[in-house]
Order: sequence, then structure tokens, then C-alpha cells
Amino acid sequence: MPKRDLISIEDLSREQVELLLDTAESFLPVLERDIKKVPTLRGRTIVNLFWEASTRTSSSFDLAAKRLSADTIALKASGSAVEKGETLKDTAITLSAYGPDIIVMRHPSAGACQVLSRNTEASVINAGDGKHQHPTQCLLDLFALRQTFGRDLDGMKVSIVGDILHSRVARSDIMGFKLLGMDVTLVGPPTLIPRGIEEMGVKIEYDLANLGDADVIYLLRIQKERIKEGANFLPSLREYNRLYGMSRARLRPGQRVMHPGPINRGVEIGPDIADDDENLIALQVFSGLAVRMAILYRTIVGYTDAGSEEVL
Amino acid sequence: MTAAQMSRTVMRIAHEILEKNPGAERLAVVGIHTRGAYLGARVHRLLCELGGHEYPSGNLDISFYRDDVAARGAVGIIPRTPQPVVKDTDLPFDVEGTTVVLVDDVLYTGRTIRAAIEALFDYGRPARVQLAVLVDRGHRELPIRPDYVGKNLPTAPRERINVRLEECDDVDEVGLVQAGEGE
Amino acid sequence: MERTWHKPLPVVDLLIRDGRVADPLSGIDAVHDVLVKRGKVAEVGKALAAPKGARVFEADGMLVLPGFVDLHTHLRTPGREDEEDIASGTMAAAAGGYVKVFAMANTDPVVDTAAALRGFADSARAEAVVPAGSYAAVTRGLKGEQLTEMAELAEAGAVAFSDDGRPLATASLVRRALQYAKVTGRTIAIHAQDDSLFKGGQMHEGPASARLGLGGIPSLCESLDVARALDIAAYEGAPLHVHHVSAAATLDVLGKAKARGLKVTAEVTPHHLALTDEAVASLDSDLKMNPPLREEADRLALVKALKSGLLDCVATDHAPHSPMSKDVPFEEAAFGTTGLETAFAVLYTYLVKKRSVDLGTLVTRMSQAPAAIAGVEPPAIRAGAVADLCVVDPRATWTVTPEGFRSRSVNSAFLGRQLTGRIVLTVAAGRLAWEADA
Repeated sequence: MPKRDLISIEDLSREQVELLLDTAESFLPVLERDIKKVPTLRGRTIVNLFWEASTRTSSSFDLAAKRLSADTIALKASGSAVEKGETLKDTAITLSAYGPDIIVMRHPSAGACQVLSRNTEASVINAGDGKHQHPTQCLLDLFALRQTFGRDLDGMKVSIVGDILHSRVARSDIMGFKLLGMDVTLVGPPTLIPRGIEEMGVKIEYDLANLGDADVIYLLRIQKERIKEGANFLPSLREYNRLYGMSRARLRPGQRVMHPGPINRGVEIGPDIADDDENLIALQVFSGLAVRMAILYRTIVGYTDAGSEEVL
Repeated sequence: MTAAQMSRTVMRIAHEILEKNPGAERLAVVGIHTRGAYLGARVHRLLCELGGHEYPSGNLDISFYRDDVAARGAVGIIPRTPQPVVKDTDLPFDVEGTTVVLVDDVLYTGRTIRAAIEALFDYGRPARVQLAVLVDRGHRELPIRPDYVGKNLPTAPRERINVRLEECDDVDEVGLVQAGEGE
Repeated sequence: MERTWHKPLPVVDLLIRDGRVADPLSGIDAVHDVLVKRGKVAEVGKALAAPKGARVFEADGMLVLPGFVDLHTHLRTPGREDEEDIASGTMAAAAGGYVKVFAMANTDPVVDTAAALRGFADSARAEAVVPAGSYAAVTRGLKGEQLTEMAELAEAGAVAFSDDGRPLATASLVRRALQYAKVTGRTIAIHAQDDSLFKGGQMHEGPASARLGLGGIPSLCESLDVARALDIAAYEGAPLHVHHVSAAATLDVLGKAKARGLKVTAEVTPHHLALTDEAVASLDSDLKMNPPLREEADRLALVKALKSGLLDCVATDHAPHSPMSKDVPFEEAAFGTTGLETAFAVLYTYLVKKRSVDLGTLVTRMSQAPAAIAGVEPPAIRAGAVADLCVVDPRATWTVTPEGFRSRSVNSAFLGRQLTGRIVLTVAAGRLAWEADA
């Protein structure tokens, strides 16, 4: 039996995504009670291997594992593997000594999860690899959408605004949103929209005025390095804000704003939106915990929920 | 067991619960998903009628408390038993200091009940926990003993007790099937 | 002047019996016996008798072809003998049916002086099981600044000049190199790449790179640089060779240049003829190469151009890499795939069997056309010619595995794929260079 990795949203079928979201929902009562912990993964070992700084994702995974009573090890590597002199393969072999069941990894390079997976018995969960994929972010976004709009997301309209080119979140979200039947439009400057992405079944707009009847506006973080001298993706953050910065005035009533965080106030998001309670940003963070519990749980027990017969 | 027999059995269990807990107001009925929850609801309704008191009730899902999930096999192997659909646990009362009657359809190895007790304790510390089952088929693997038994049905390990309830199966009946049949 | 060197193995006496001899240059495609005496083709005919002491090779049902010539091999020697050396690289060539290979100059140190080239020649004389020649660098240290001493390098046997791995970055550098090449009589070959468009590139820019989030290398990156070099070549009236053409857009400019009568030649790799960027979805770093695998439309255009001769020849761009460079995340991996041992089988499987290209055309593009570009005697199966040939079992189906290589490196883009056509015997320069285990 091959081990169960979660490297890309493409690894999952629609049924599996829905099962994960249902499972996450069943963890919500656990998170609300006094003892916010179940013994499900007692004795299991989960390694959080982060080659890039990420307080949010790593702490979310860490807490999710602890809520399931798993033992966790956090390894934070600064700089690239090459700089440290130890290759990813060597790290994988070293970690095998702990006999981990799951390795959650964030890495600056696409393809890192495949290398890790080849060199470990553990299941690999991708917590972000280069600009490639961030499947757990997509799943928590879907969960937050379900919590807000109900279980059926079919036909909902989402506009993803900003730096699509460099965003692993955008790529995972496009796949996940489409998988659940949503309608996806990408909005941003042409310099930050990758050539050929329309073949993923999305519409492309260069003008924020064309948000139309989108139900959700998903803002992406604009990295400062995009305005680095010579990169020429953007003339300035100021101009980006003028053209694509989201403010209340640019929204229609009822349109909800999402953002994977951390936000850049005054760049892609105005303070009037960042501070109101209409946005789904806090819900996204909260959803991360339940969703990551569900992912860890399903990685171990499987996606087969066939028999509800009591066999015990 | 026919529908009529089942109805009489559930009524008897409700009577026994009241007899064993005279005057107890802090008495709660908690069914174990899936069929235990439906049976628990029936027991609870009768209890309220007979006792003339609105006792609290709830449901318990034990998926996250099973002992075969965390058991170490080869990594990533699907556990030997199919995982139940995860359902919500709903305990809309304070477990602390309450006498909880757990209700399940079939008592077998006792592992489900162990998991249920552990789950229950994560919600608070009950005064006591009692166990009511529709069928006890034997073959216990843990020191667990029911307080209220609908029917003792000695079985071979290869046999399976098939409890069907109107709420989910459109009919009330208990049957004995050979493993492999009807799966 | 010698342009290749090899180990002084004994020449063979050999009778290859009943094979289908397919040699476009000699105009043969029929079942014949081929008699090799003292390393030369003595006779091609029916029911030839084996002289006393001659080895007899039964080739019933097999193809007897002119041996292949590779204009683009990285032998990694000197400097990275852990990845390939002349012995292992030429053994790999022999196993692939090659009878001559030409190594690129991007070794460490770079082949940018006559002394370095003589060092290569000495090693080849000691180790090469098929004759090996070498390019010399266009610029010292491949730095793109100062021209090498091309005249002396040409005298020492450089087959042509190339900074392969690096583009000639400025128009003026391309111009000076092309001007000076007239002194040497050797061709300038370019690795076409506009660095400003290449920056950060990991794979072909298109729907697949958009989906994978990998930096894109647009077709424009290649076609622009080729167009510029062709304009300069036309202006200077100098010949030009274009390495590893990958994009349909490049074929457009090449076609126009050839129509104008420019002396331009171009090569294409087996992997660009067989695979597309969709294969990169696995993020398997063996599929990372430069130029990158492009789209199906590009691939189809390359196949068509190979057939028409717009692309003159196949060249492997055999690029061995150690696991340290390849068993790493895709984005950190080195560019390149090995190719010598799979080239014929890949093209036989993907092009000939699918009837996109006929066998005779493939043989021309793999053997005689590249030999002509290199300025060496084209392999031919006719009486009097040096025996440069290979025998292929066209029925043999095999799976590419890491264990199956003679090359010191296993980074093949075709690992795990099933191919048809196996080289069972190679005679290079009249010497038995390869014989497959029965």
C-alpha cells in the first residue's frame, strides 16, 4: 500500500476534499470544549520541517497535531539546504531515525516534497513548496467558505486579486475552487499573471473595476521584492494600491474578502477592510486548525469512510 | 428480534434505569453513534414519560477515540476496520456530576464502550456511568459489563449481529448473519 | 589534421550476416552480408564467406546502419570525472551506436587553450573506445569577454567553437567570433539564449509552467537570440551552427535564413523530439533541461523540420549529472539529461515506429549529416570505407533503468519508459566498441 502524501490539491478527488472538510467540521466541537484534545493519534510522531520562516502555518500544524495527541518535533532550518551543507535527502534520512508517521514540510523549492517523499517512509504533507502548491491553505479557505456560505459552493464566484505569478496559494486555490464547482477569475497586472494560466479554466481581468458579481474577493499578498530594482513587475507599491488595492468603496454590498495573511495594510488591503468584521480573514486562521487536524487524521486513517457498521 | 419485541425490550430497559436510579434528577442518556444514538433517543423519550421529568440527553461519536487508529502498524496502512463516518458529538448538558447512561445497540469486544467512556470524560467528570445495550453478543476483550441488557445472544466470532432501526433502516429488527453476508 | 582521437584497440575481422543494411549515403536498403576486414568494409553482398579467423555475427532480422555521430556530448573531463570521463562517456556512446562524439568545452578547466585541447586528445588516445573530438570555447573561461586563440585551437584539432552552456551575450561578441572564424575555417556554434528573458527560468513558459508555478523560459528567449545571430552571420557572410533548437519560433527564423542561402546548420535533441513540458508535472528533476521541453506544437514542428532537413541533425546534448545535482528539488537541480544510450531507441520508438520519420531519414540525421557538419568522413557501409557501423535489433523492447547505463550518470529523462530498438553491436573506426550481452 503506497503511503498517503498530500503534495498538491491535484492529489485529491472532489469526494476526498469534501470528506476532509466534513471531518474538519466534526473537529469543531472538540475545539469548543474545555478539553480541546482527542487521543486519536496518540503515539504517532509528526515532524514539522520548515525551511522557510512561517509562524502561522507551522504553529497551526503543531497545535493541530497536539490536539490529536500526536508527538511533534519542530525543525526550523534557516537558509537553504545547500548553504547548510546537508541535502534534503540527508535530512530525510536523518529524520527517519525518529520514525515519523508524517512529515509536514515547507520548502522554498518546488519539487522538494517529491525528494523528501522518495527518501522517507513517512507521509509527506506539503505546507508550501516554492511557488508551486499550498494545499492545506486551499482546504482551509474552502472550509472558511463553507462555514460562511453553506456546504454547497457550486457556482459561487471568486475573484483572486494580485500576484498570481508568484503565489502558491493562488495555484492551489484555483484548483480547489474549480474542483468544488466555483467560478474563478484572476485579477491583477499582466506582469504578475502567468502566461497560459487561462488553461486552468479561469478568466483573467486586468481591471479591478470588473469584479462584477463576485461573491468573494481573495486578495494575495504583494511581496516587497516585486518592486526590487530591475525586476519591473510593478512600478511601485503606491501604484499597485491605486490600481488593485482593495477598499470598502470598491466592494459591492455582500462581497466578502479573504486573504491568506500576513496582510500588507495600505498595499493590497485598505484598513477599512482589514479592520471590519465582514472579512473572512480571522475565520480562515481559525479554520486552519480544524482543517489541519482533519488532514493529519485522514493521512493516518485514510479517506475510506465506507462502513458505518460497528465492528468493534 | 421483531419490532414488537424490540419495543418491549426498550421499555423494560427504561423501567430498569428508573428503578436503579430512584429519584435521580441528574440522569442523562447518551447514545453512541450511529444506532446507539437512535436507541438512546428512544430510551430517553420513555424515561421522560415514565419519570415525568425532562432528563438531558446527547450523542457521542467515538471516531477520534478508537484504539485502532493510533495503533502502530506499517505507516499509512488503512486500519483493519473501516473507519466510521465521523459525526458530531452533541452533549448539551454539563457532564460534571451527572449519572450518564450510555446506550449502544450491540455490545461485543467492549472497545467501543471504552472509547465512549474516554470521550465522555473529556467533557467532564460524571458521577457515574452506566451502560445499556440492546444485544450483548459476548466475546469481551475488556473488563466491561452492561448494567442493562435487552437480550443476551451468544454468537460465534464469525457471526455478526445486524441491528436495523426504523430511523435509518426503515425497519426494527435484530438478526444474526454470517460474516461476509450483507456487508 | 585529426579531429578525433581514440584508444588503439585492435581492428576487427567480422562478417555480419543477413542484416538489413540501410545506408542512405550508399543508397542501400536491403538484406546483405557485410564483411569487415582489418577494420574496413571489404564487401557488401549476398552469401559472403567468412575468411579464416573472422568473427561471424548473425544479424537476421536486425538493422545494419552507419554508426551515429554526436555533435553535442558533455564528457565532463577534465574536472567532473565523477559524472563522466572519456572512458565511460565513449562506452555509453558505443552502447548507443555512436562511432564518433564531439565533447563540449565547458569542462573545468575550460577547453580554451591548445594545451587543454591536447590534454583532452591525450586522454582520448588512452581511454576512448569510440573516437572523441572536442569543441573549443569561443571565449576564455566561457566568460563571454575575450576570444580564445582560435587559430591555434583549430590547429590542435578543435572541431568547432562553442561556449555551450552559455550564450554569446552581446551582438558585438557574436560578430567578432564570426569574423575571426574565417581565419580558423571552423564554425561558430551558439547556445541561443537571451539571458534577460531566461532569468529565473526553470521550464518552458506556458500553461504547464503557469500551473506548476515554475519560472518560465519563453520560446522567445531562444528565437530572439537565434534571429540576432543569424542577422549577424548574414552580415558577415560567416557560417553558423545552432545547438539544440527547441522552439517552433526558432524554426521560423532558421527557415527564413536558409531560404536566404545562409550557411546555417542546426541540431535537435532526441528529448525535444519525443517529450513535452507536460512531462515536467512530475517535478522529476531528470526532466529539467536547458533548453526546456516545450509544448506539443513545438515538438511537432521539430519533428517536421527534422524530416524536411531544416533541422540538419540530431545531437544528444548528453549531459551527465551526479545525484548531488539531480536528487534535489526540481528548482535546485542542474539542467540536463543524458542521451547517448537512449537516442536511437527514443527516436526509433517515438518517430520511426509512429511513422513520423522514416528510418533512412533518421539515419542520415544521426550519422552522415552531423559528420558532414563536423567535417569528418561520413560513416558509410560500402567497400573501402572504414567500418563505422552499428547493428540494431528493432524488435527488442526494453525499459530504461538506472542499472542499465554505461554512462557514469543516470540522469535520463527517459527513466522508466519503454523503448523499442536495441543496439547490439557497434564497430567504430574499425574497432569493436560495443557488443550487447546476448
